[in-house]
Amino acid sequence: MRYTIRVNGRRRVVQSDADTPLLWVLRDDLRLTGSKFGCGIAYCGACTVHLDGVPARACVTPISAVGNAAIVTIEGIGRSHWGRRVKSAWLDLDVMQCGYCQAGQVMTATALLARNPRPTDADIDQAMRNNICRCCTYTRIRAAIKRAAGLPTADTREADHG
Amino acid sequence: MDNDAASVHPDHPPSTPSAPARLSRRAFVTASLTAGGGLLLTLHLPAAARAAGAPTERSESAEINPFISIAPDGIVTIMAKNPEIGQGMKTTLPMLIAEELDVEWKNVRAKQAMLDPIYGPQFAGGSLGTPLNWIPMQQVGAAGRQMLIEAAARIWHVPPGECRAAKGMVHHRPTGRALPYGALARKAAALRPPELDSVTLKSPKDYTIIGKFTGGIDSPRVLDGDRLFGIDVIVPQMSYAVYEKSPVFGGRIVRANIEEIRALPGVRAAFIVRGSAPDAAIKMGLVDGVAIVADRWWDAEKARRKLRVEWTPQARSRQSTQAFAQEAARLMRSSAHSIIRRDGDVDAALARAAKVLKATYSYPFLAHATLEPQNCTAHVRPDGSVEIWAPTQNPDSGAHLVAQTLGIDPGKVKVHMTRCGGGFGRRLSNDYMVEAAMIAKRTGRAVKVLWDRTQDFHHDAYRPAGFHAFTAGLAASGKPVAFRDHFVTFGQDGQVASSANLPRDHFPAGYVPSLEYGQSLLQLDVPTGPMRNPGGNALAFAFESFIDELAHAGGLDPLALRLDLYGPPRVLSAPPPRGGLRIPPFDTGRVRGVLELVAQKSGWKRRGALPAGTGLGLAFYYSHFGYVAEVVKAGVNPDGTPKVHKIWAAVDIGRQIINPAGAYNQVQGAVLDGLGQALHLLITVENGRVVQRNFDTYHLLRMDEAPPVEVHFLLSDNDPTGLGEPALPPVLPALCNALFAASGTRIRSLPIDRLHSHHARA
Repeated sequence: MRYTIRVNGRRRVVQSDADTPLLWVLRDDLRLTGSKFGCGIAYCGACTVHLDGVPARACVTPISAVGNAAIVTIEGIGRSHWGRRVKSAWLDLDVMQCGYCQAGQVMTATALLARNPRPTDADIDQAMRNNICRCCTYTRIRAAIKRAAGLPTADTREADHG
Repeated sequence: MDNDAASVHPDHPPSTPSAPARLSRRAFVTASLTAGGGLLLTLHLPAAARAAGAPTERSESAEINPFISIAPDGIVTIMAKNPEIGQGMKTTLPMLIAEELDVEWKNVRAKQAMLDPIYGPQFAGGSLGTPLNWIPMQQVGAAGRQMLIEAAARIWHVPPGECRAAKGMVHHRPTGRALPYGALARKAAALRPPELDSVTLKSPKDYTIIGKFTGGIDSPRVLDGDRLFGIDVIVPQMSYAVYEKSPVFGGRIVRANIEEIRALPGVRAAFIVRGSAPDAAIKMGLVDGVAIVADRWWDAEKARRKLRVEWTPQARSRQSTQAFAQEAARLMRSSAHSIIRRDGDVDAALARAAKVLKATYSYPFLAHATLEPQNCTAHVRPDGSVEIWAPTQNPDSGAHLVAQTLGIDPGKVKVHMTRCGGGFGRRLSNDYMVEAAMIAKRTGRAVKVLWDRTQDFHHDAYRPAGFHAFTAGLAASGKPVAFRDHFVTFGQDGQVASSANLPRDHFPAGYVPSLEYGQSLLQLDVPTGPMRNPGGNALAFAFESFIDELAHAGGLDPLALRLDLYGPPRVLSAPPPRGGLRIPPFDTGRVRGVLELVAQKSGWKRRGALPAGTGLGLAFYYSHFGYVAEVVKAGVNPDGTPKVHKIWAAVDIGRQIINPAGAYNQVQGAVLDGLGQALHLLITVENGRVVQRNFDTYHLLRMDEAPPVEVHFLLSDNDPTGLGEPALPPVLPALCNALFAASGTRIRSLPIDRLHSHHARA
């Protein structure tokens, strides 16, 4: 099947079976390898992209289901206001260790801030809990989201419950 | 001289025998004997033979030495020799060189080195990157600086002693002249490099890079989505492959529906590969499998779902977690098969003890679960030479495995080290590398082999499970006077399985007068291997939890008991250097230092004032030359799950934190990694195969479960040591000890999941 999709603002024509996950179209056909393969069952979040601004798991999204949605990947997220702020905060705080999950973390964090520019710790937990970081850089992911939001980065959760 | 026993190798902690390092024919790494009988590997810099017109990253660059090239515009390219697995070595090692070279960090570009003996040992393991390279990498930089100064001195016809370097320039103070490195590099490159041991290193007060918060050098590229990881490799004319192996370890192929698979859309080739040896599964070599090669990975993967393979029936396929536990319980009722260590007379001391405690501890198999699944790209050319692109922690061992399996000279294997999406010890084994090489050989073209997550769970070198039957006797004072561990572990034909050993000097050996460590082996056909802090990631839980039990039974403060056992500050005998590694002596003062620091920061002495249902737990562990004490503050949720409020870590890895950006991150990450293991992680074996298939049944720690982790470094006057591993072990027992303090429930088996399930066993 031939599909015309919109990726990072560009129209791309791809030849693919209807059931091929978007992730493999991005990675192997379009050579946009920033989105990562982690689990294949929408459990780890390494493949997170935006479809019309909403985080989606590219590993379980068949190409046939994408339609005319605007796809944004890590390669393109820096062009948005929140994407730029999030990437910059990630570098300022040196969030990553291995870095493999971080494209997905950045995509999810960007979507969070776009709809909730002043997230609480509970908001961050809720939004980010489906993105696994095997290196467990959660401390800095939390702080970087706050920094991108212009909030104090100190972790105040412990004080809340004594 | 037994080289094997002395060299440093990532598969093994330095206290165990290992393979000799590969020495270059060019002999830039030389070996010499030390007075203590150890092997000392020394890095020698060759004259810059490649300087004139050598192809480097920047065409006009001059190579000062194999690590350093300088372009006319002053941009310095530094080779990062070790694999980057998230531990930060691609940033740390160039920082050490850049510091002594006296250049500004913003002008430094780090480039990943290929596998090449010119760079000395290249691996990521054993938290050895820092201790092995701390001095040599600074010497490399200082040698470069000295050559640049010499070059300037010759141009100016002045003594080198009148010149000094700073920020990428050489200055001649008396005349006020200055030349940038970019203008000196070609001349410097033609000079004879100094002996590394002859160079003078800076005083720490003059550091401008070491000790500064320095972000990961490739982090911007990761966030731009650049191709850095193994899975991202694209080479011309490349195909994609999957490789189906027996879910029961050691299974051989009887037949498979190969013809049917070949006819599927997008499939270029499908064939059976025969494993290299019957024990290849245990040794993480090439095992039997079916390769499916396609133009796109997804086509190969889809075809794999239609694959039908008949595997040989496995004689020992009844191996299971449950059967291991039953057999271990039976073994623990009798005496140990062998004795690892015996001090004094434990039975006599127990008979005299005021109080005797017995407890049984166990922990499960674990998978590494690197987030980047195993993968490798390989190309075997008609002349038999092999080019590999691999996320590997251990490229040299991989090259040898490929050479041996393909029957070629190791010199014909070229290895590109890609960034690794996590290591944790998994990529010390190179089974995926040899698969890719063999499939590429059979295919005659470049092939990228990629595993899916289930294969990654089903074909690991697992952290071994283990069982400990402890007995201890306390004096009337509460102090332990007798200690026995009957350790039931795993092995193959009488040999302890990889990473399944109990070191004979493991605490409290040497600190309790009558002590015995015995061992019994369960036959295991499942491969095991090192996982982040091998040994420690399991033993700390068992030993440091039982020590806590002893403190409570003896009416002692768990902090005071540990301080008392380790005794007054003193330096115990230093082991001889190994493989160029100056091993710092064990110092009980450093133990005391981190214990007291963590107690102070966590409010340990005020723990009695905590609300009911909240408790503090403490543990200490020494590993990989690092001293780490941790306190966990925890309670129990109404559903019985632990609620972890906060964790404090006090860490002594010497006088200098090379890169605070990476250091704090490593400690916080290791602590949370260990926390996740304690709370949730479990690999189950049934019928000789691993049950868990994906992250839905292997619950890695997530954001909402990650408490604040407060890290404090205690700077002691010792050479800096590594940080990838030592902060992990203490958190497991510290958590369990906190849960005991909070609830009275003692956790003696992992994972915890819910405290309810532990009441019955307590």
